[in-house]
Amino acid sequence: MRNVYALLAGALFGAGLFTSGMTDTTKVQGWLDLFGHWDPTLAFVLTGAILPMAIAWRIAAKRKTSVLGNPLPGTPTSKLGLNLTLGSFLFGAGWGLSGLCPGPSMAALSYNGSDGLVFVAAMLAGMLLARYVSPMVARLERPRKENGKEDGYQTGRA
Amino acid sequence: MLEQDWIFGFFGGLMIGAGGVVYLLFNGRILGASGVLGGLADGTGWDTWKERASFIAGLILVPFVLTFLWIRPDTHLSDNWAVLIGSGLLVGLGSRMANGCTSGHGVCGISRLSFRGIGATVIYLVAGGISILLFRHWLGMI
Repeated sequence: MRNVYALLAGALFGAGLFTSGMTDTTKVQGWLDLFGHWDPTLAFVLTGAILPMAIAWRIAAKRKTSVLGNPLPGTPTSKLGLNLTLGSFLFGAGWGLSGLCPGPSMAALSYNGSDGLVFVAAMLAGMLLARYVSPMVARLERPRKENGKEDGYQTGRA
Repeated sequence: MLEQDWIFGFFGGLMIGAGGVVYLLFNGRILGASGVLGGLADGTGWDTWKERASFIAGLILVPFVLTFLWIRPDTHLSDNWAVLIGSGLLVGLGSRMANGCTSGHGVCGISRLSFRGIGATVIYLVAGGISILLFRHWLGMI
């Protein structure tokens, strides 16, 4: 059953990306282009997507498991961390460069031709690369907490 | 014309959200394109490969069918392979380091008021704006 609902979720996600025009890179780049011909479409898409999800999170909070009996996602941590900060920056830079992010690149795979395939192939390589880069970035972050310098510095200031 | 785009954007957004609702309430998972795909790309999600592959099949096939039933949209994608490869590497690497992209952090994170989701969204929007400023307005590449 999980696979049937996953197929349905993917189908809705794909139909939504298609309908909203988010596979058109000019709409995405237009949203990010504050100094050119600004296009607000993405804000309408994001609002439309957030509304049903906000209700779903409220329903999920009252349930112990999902409808199919799977565990529901736990409470997220409130710490950003170096991987999220640096990763989001790199992701955003790439997103602006081509106007594609992972969802639309898959949704438009059948009508983006060889150019779309080149993007997806490079994206998969980047995802593979992250498996080696993420632990290195995480190691950069750890020593500071262990030797307690940061805490001492903060106490000194307070 | 532009206002019609906003209406299609909003209704398309509702469908994207509905996909997220199904994935959360039935499968108990957060809908994130980079997470579903990344788990297959790097092998960390092979234990749930059927669920991931089903999701991706729906995501690719429905737009494919719609190009016959409705319209074949012009995506205005760059044909410069240097741009495509550079962008693809950054998108793949960055979204996996950050553990989420526009769908996971943007749609699912903001809707549950997650600090990490909102933080990531602010950072990638700023980076996207800088990228457009640099590559379009200063370098004239895109």
